[in-house]
Amino acid sequence: MMGRTIFIDPGRCIGCQACVSACRECDSHRGKSMIHLDYTDEGHSVASLPTVCMHCEDPVAPCAEVCPADAILVTADGVVQQADTTRCIGCANCVNACPFGVPKIDLGAKLQMKCNLCYDRTAYGLAPMCATVCPTGALFYGTVEELQAERPGVQVADTFTFGRSEVRTGVAMVVPADRVRWPVPGGLPVVEINGKDVRR
Amino acid sequence: MPADRWRADQDGETLVPTHCCFCGVQCGMYLRVDRGGKVFGVEPRNHDINRMRLCPKGINAYQQVNHPDRLTAPLMRRSRDEDFREVSWDEALDFTVSEIRRIQQSHGNDAFGLLGGASLFSEKTYLVGKFARVALKSRHVDYNGRLCMVSAAGANKLAFGIDRAGNPFSDILLTDCLLIAGSNVGECFPVMTQYVWGARDRGAILIVVDPRETAIARTADIHVALRPGTDSAFFNSVLHVVVEEGLTDEAYLAAHATGWEEVKAKAAEYPPARAAEICGVPAEQIVQVARAFARAPKAMAWHARGIEHHSQGVENCLSVINLCTATGHLGRPGAGYGTLTGQGNGQGGREHGQKADLLPGGRSIMNEEHRRQICGIWGIEESELPPAGTSMMEMVWQMQRREIRGLIGICNNPFVSLPNYAVVKEGYDATEFHAQLDFFLSETAANAHVVLPVTTWAEDEGVMANAEARVVKHNKAQDPPPGVRTDTWVMCELARRLGAGDKFAFPDSRAVFDELRIASAGTVNDYYGITYERLEETGGIVWPCPSTDHPGTPRLFEDGRTYHPDGKIHLQVVEWHSPMDPYDDEHPMSLTTGRTVAHFLSGNQTRRLGALVEQTPRPWAEIHPSHGFRNGEPVRVVTRRGSEVFPALVTEAIRPDTVFVPYHWPVPTAANALTIDALDPRSKIPEYKVCACRIEHAEKIDEVPAPPVAPGHVAYPETQVSRTDPLPPTSPQGRGTSERG
Repeated sequence: MMGRTIFIDPGRCIGCQACVSACRECDSHRGKSMIHLDYTDEGHSVASLPTVCMHCEDPVAPCAEVCPADAILVTADGVVQQADTTRCIGCANCVNACPFGVPKIDLGAKLQMKCNLCYDRTAYGLAPMCATVCPTGALFYGTVEELQAERPGVQVADTFTFGRSEVRTGVAMVVPADRVRWPVPGGLPVVEINGKDVRR
Repeated sequence: MPADRWRADQDGETLVPTHCCFCGVQCGMYLRVDRGGKVFGVEPRNHDINRMRLCPKGINAYQQVNHPDRLTAPLMRRSRDEDFREVSWDEALDFTVSEIRRIQQSHGNDAFGLLGGASLFSEKTYLVGKFARVALKSRHVDYNGRLCMVSAAGANKLAFGIDRAGNPFSDILLTDCLLIAGSNVGECFPVMTQYVWGARDRGAILIVVDPRETAIARTADIHVALRPGTDSAFFNSVLHVVVEEGLTDEAYLAAHATGWEEVKAKAAEYPPARAAEICGVPAEQIVQVARAFARAPKAMAWHARGIEHHSQGVENCLSVINLCTATGHLGRPGAGYGTLTGQGNGQGGREHGQKADLLPGGRSIMNEEHRRQICGIWGIEESELPPAGTSMMEMVWQMQRREIRGLIGICNNPFVSLPNYAVVKEGYDATEFHAQLDFFLSETAANAHVVLPVTTWAEDEGVMANAEARVVKHNKAQDPPPGVRTDTWVMCELARRLGAGDKFAFPDSRAVFDELRIASAGTVNDYYGITYERLEETGGIVWPCPSTDHPGTPRLFEDGRTYHPDGKIHLQVVEWHSPMDPYDDEHPMSLTTGRTVAHFLSGNQTRRLGALVEQTPRPWAEIHPSHGFRNGEPVRVVTRRGSEVFPALVTEAIRPDTVFVPYHWPVPTAANALTIDALDPRSKIPEYKVCACRIEHAEKIDEVPAPPVAPGHVAYPETQVSRTDPLPPTSPQGRGTSERG
């Protein structure tokens, strides 16, 4: 299946934002964090999860597919790079195409920025900065076998459905054992619409 | 592999191995130092304690080192009506010494006090104690660890004769049942969660006792959301069930404990129905906890300020010890107890004599033999060694009464950290002379006559002991800025000017540590076998370590013996009593305080770091939806000490009868302007975790002064997102607010 990649485990996230700070410390984003921390069940619990680039495999990176300037490159090992600064025109097509809401645009610089799986670290065998520091292992970098060796019985999902579309990703989500496909990324269902808890 | 990759290490960067300056986990980290010798970043370090992990405070800690707010010249004024002016070190020290002499000649030696801190290296905490007794010749010395975990220390000393956790962190991975009481591990000790999840991966049952559904409680098998201030009633009742169901380890009790019959008789007075009434939890939960803990082959209990910050803090900790002992869960891999220390050196900071009643090596200042030993090492007459002093809060009361007229503070910020701010302010304002050593101008330093700029942890070397009692070495990563001195230099220089220079001829930390090792030799807190060289070769050594070939003692009581002369566990009867601030119709709810993940203690350090300020810019009042407030709405929290307005964070993750406010901020949003200065009679720890309050609608949220951040501070504005329009924040601070937008 998948090689060495990031696994996101929302059950372990404590919302500490160490990943956010660590991402900022990584050399490749010039002091800016490329991670969102989302709160999924606000008002009811402290549940949270980090959102990093999912590095879509199939279809190959919607963000790259829609880029009119061919600025977003996908490496042979499946890492979707952030926009090439010499090509990006800051049009935000990638932002609109991404089903996970990941890319950011630096409006001043007219430049798209996003997680590139710490290519400058992973190319040298190091883990991405966020997964290195994550105090709880909510972000884990390795193979699925390494993950399962550390967490017996854990299941992961790398396919997400959006309406009739299905996206298979390079980054995977740890999911409860009995539910491997979820309607939205993050492994959690929509819980609130117009302030009402729709689970009840 | 890209051939043209820019490599930091080719650019002259060096990595200095050291540890985080913040909490008692003491994560290993590298500080990145540039070619010019300046700290400019952090890199994770694969140390035994944290295995590369860091929390947001740890990642951002390096930004303090060259922060533009650093104090770089002594500040002085002759009265509080004047502004500070920058002066030379000679002028500042001469004025300090002349004020010490003036006050002591007029009012006696004990009219001058010293307050240390548990974020100092152990060498410096040793010097604080020695400086007070030998140079100042005053009985009045204490430290801010008094606000941290002295309740656990007192309980451990009473029961086991030793003041430290019984087990290393790694034992958590081996346990079958993990009980966490009063500890918001996810926010206060984030890196510890990897041990908690590791235990869960092995199938361990997780029990969390906390009035709030914290990140750890959210995933617990049993979350006991008890009413603040009822912990010992709960644990007595758990013990009651353990006894009733025949789950005690009678053989262990008979062989290793004294006082069991009395403890058992007291537990009999707490059937689950009664405790359920007191604690506001279902009686069945008490039964569940008892069965889960007692039936587990190996069970552990870890606790923190949630049960320690009480007027019955020592009893609360003793009630946990009673449970561990009665079930035989002690002294084995995966079975035992521990306390998570809030400050970096919360453990080591009290071992070598800066506590009012302690001499180096954990010796008692009341014990004739101990006094004689230390006087021999210090080269003073026994008659010269002052008796025990009073605790930190009591010293403030003495300042109010003008019994203490002069004070030096090192590494503490009582204006934010002590309860009942009005009393603290009055006490400090009443002093005739007040000096502070700090590297930022804290709220307390702003009250001083003299402020002496000292080094950060990255500019000196020394040791700290983490929550496991593991001694680790911090290394120097850069030279201090011009004008800044080490605390060691300041104390030695003051001592010299006070005429005690021969007792303080320490050129550096290593020289202090070598005297500390000798002063601790033969005591329970034995550091003699720990040397800087050994610490640099290992991941740290756990005391007691009596000889240089001794491996240290990560786990206590493996041979079944405690540190009491009879080798037994001295069980203590625990009786629950209600909190000191009584509830009435006007104050029917509990105010409880605590930390948030982005900030550390009084916030003097973390409130200046851009990323952490952005993450959590201000405090809030966490309340249950049943009170009818909307998220973000102004809510006034009223106690008998005063009232303050906070934005409401409405969540089901808290008891309806409880309000939570984090305490890292000064007035006008200081939780400690509202808390009560009631103390535990034995440990003298303040009752931060419960006082009576009510909540009211408020017109508007009080204006909060901008955080004390200098222009050009290290801040990283978030990149704008163009996917959607920015969403209005739905809650008042980082928690509950999406990073997007």
